[in-house]
Amino acid sequence: METMTAVDAVDAVNAVNTDSEAAAALLDGASRVCNAGNEPVAVVELRGASASVAGRTLWGGVDLTVECGEFVAVLGPNGVGKSTLVKVLLGVLPAATGEVRVLGHRPGTAGAQIGYLPQRRSFDASLRIRGIDVVRLGLDGDRWGIPLPGTGRFGGAKRREAEARVREAIELVGASAYAHRAIGECSGGEQQRLLIAQALVRKPRLLVLDEPLDSLDLPNQASVAALIGRISRSEDVAVVMVAHDVNPILPYLDRVVYLADGGAASGTPEEVITTETLSKLFRTPVEVLRASDGRLVVVGGPEAPVMHSDRHAGALVGGDRRATDGRVTDGRAADGRAMDRRVADGRAMDRRATDRRPAGSEADDAR
Amino acid sequence: MPADSGLSWNLLSDIDQMWKLDSMVNAYRAGTIVAVLAAVVGWFVVLRRQTFVAHTVSLAGFPGAAAAVFLGVSASWGYFGFCIGAAAVIAALARSGKGGMAEESALTGIVQSFTLACGMLFVALYKGFLNGVNSLLFGSFLGVTPGDIAVLAVVAVVVLLAMALIGRPLLFASVDPAVADARGVPSRTLSLLFLVLLGATAAEVSQITGSLLVFALLVMPAATAQRITARPGRSLVLSVVFALAVTWFGLGAAYFSPYPIGFWITTFAFGCYLLANLYGFAARWRGAGRRQVAEALGVS
Repeated sequence: METMTAVDAVDAVNAVNTDSEAAAALLDGASRVCNAGNEPVAVVELRGASASVAGRTLWGGVDLTVECGEFVAVLGPNGVGKSTLVKVLLGVLPAATGEVRVLGHRPGTAGAQIGYLPQRRSFDASLRIRGIDVVRLGLDGDRWGIPLPGTGRFGGAKRREAEARVREAIELVGASAYAHRAIGECSGGEQQRLLIAQALVRKPRLLVLDEPLDSLDLPNQASVAALIGRISRSEDVAVVMVAHDVNPILPYLDRVVYLADGGAASGTPEEVITTETLSKLFRTPVEVLRASDGRLVVVGGPEAPVMHSDRHAGALVGGDRRATDGRVTDGRAADGRAMDRRVADGRAMDRRATDRRPAGSEADDAR
Repeated sequence: MPADSGLSWNLLSDIDQMWKLDSMVNAYRAGTIVAVLAAVVGWFVVLRRQTFVAHTVSLAGFPGAAAAVFLGVSASWGYFGFCIGAAAVIAALARSGKGGMAEESALTGIVQSFTLACGMLFVALYKGFLNGVNSLLFGSFLGVTPGDIAVLAVVAVVVLLAMALIGRPLLFASVDPAVADARGVPSRTLSLLFLVLLGATAAEVSQITGSLLVFALLVMPAATAQRITARPGRSLVLSVVFALAVTWFGLGAAYFSPYPIGFWITTFAFGCYLLANLYGFAARWRGAGRRQVAEALGVS
């Protein structure tokens, strides 16, 4: 496999990091119970996994272990198969090669232990169903029987329990204020929070999110990212999130998987999103620039997936041209500065660093 | 209309007199069955935005009834056969995949024009049938027999039981198809099944309101209820209440006036819808107005 060099390099770094990570896990263990009452297995484990669609290999050589409570981003250019990785994790599509374990089992067998948020879907403005009903459908909408969430098919105790769980999930995402409004009347950010509550309502151990920040405005991207980061810690749920721009979630990430045509690289963000690793992965000169506010900009390569430009506009700008086009990178840094101050510049952005993140990001979230 | 059917000053005695007629009692029984069924199925039609399919399936009742009259069998057979048949054709030819039922409008239009053409063919074949066309299209409540009521009741019970069984997954698949699919809800099967149930419902409603005015009971009460509340349980109950009220008042008004039943039911339903809209605007203006202004000021 041509891309093994990049993957090998990352593996070597991972091996060095193992000791410090074990120490961190011990430290964390004091404040939260990880995997309480469950088998001590990794939430997601990929070993040399690759995927192919119609005989074409999309990506390959993915080695990834996601432990409970970790927040992992899946990055890569458009069309590289990020959503395919989600399908592999959900068991909808088998991996072409390698081994995939989700919660210690074959993908697709974990059922209610996985919460899934598909790629951006918005509700029609005239849809007259409350947010709380949409969340409730996530709890028991797949059961046969009486259609009405909240009417007495079950005994009172069971019904109250279900209602309490729905309320809890809504409070967790801070959506109580608008959960009783018709969901079509909620803003994009409000809808996304309710959908996250829907994915969380069955208390999953793994949350799979497919571009949840896509088509949100910048303040909402920041606050929803902060929300997901907080939930991954407080609810002890591992998050695998397909992202098109790493910057809003960068402070909360434990690990990233960078997918490329035929290959992949995984590790902590500061290991993977570097000029060296990405240049090797894409087999073409790629430059990772860090703006003064800590935002990362990938310049060159087949596309610029970590810029939060409009994804369609981004594809129009060629790699070489962008390297010399100061306007593009400047523009991104300028519009990001207003809302991403909390990204500490140059600081190591592993989980120890995120614990020190300012409370301001959560304040957005509690709006 | 009989000469003594006008309203007097004593409403109770008028109603008493109306109930003495077997034909009116039968009409009320049939109307009640149809109203409940239409309100429940129509609630999902409105939620799923399938009003165009619903319209097409109901129009298929017109050639169905015309064919039945032409062949000399009960019009019921024609209604059920053609409405369910049209639903099955749309279900069979609709492509699966993204959007599913939302992308079938061209197919629905094709089926609709073909059924109307068939209707005209049967009318042309059966000469001297022209008087009946009006009641097929715009409804009639006279001549409902106890046998018709039994058929209506049996079909309604079967459809309502099926709706009770699939209701919750169908709601999930209607509101949030992507997640429902991921959860293993068989949303394609459910939408095909729902089309067939819709066909049976449209056939029932056609027999009271006529093929053209099925929406008066199938869509208007549900749309009115959803306008008033976003709580699924309440709006479903409200939808049934509106459908019953509209049907009962419509039948009464049609009895005491020279105008057809379809007109009255549609007019009452439309009035309810207008009032609900006024209520909706008022509630929004009162409740959300302040919040929206605050948000607008805060954001911009």
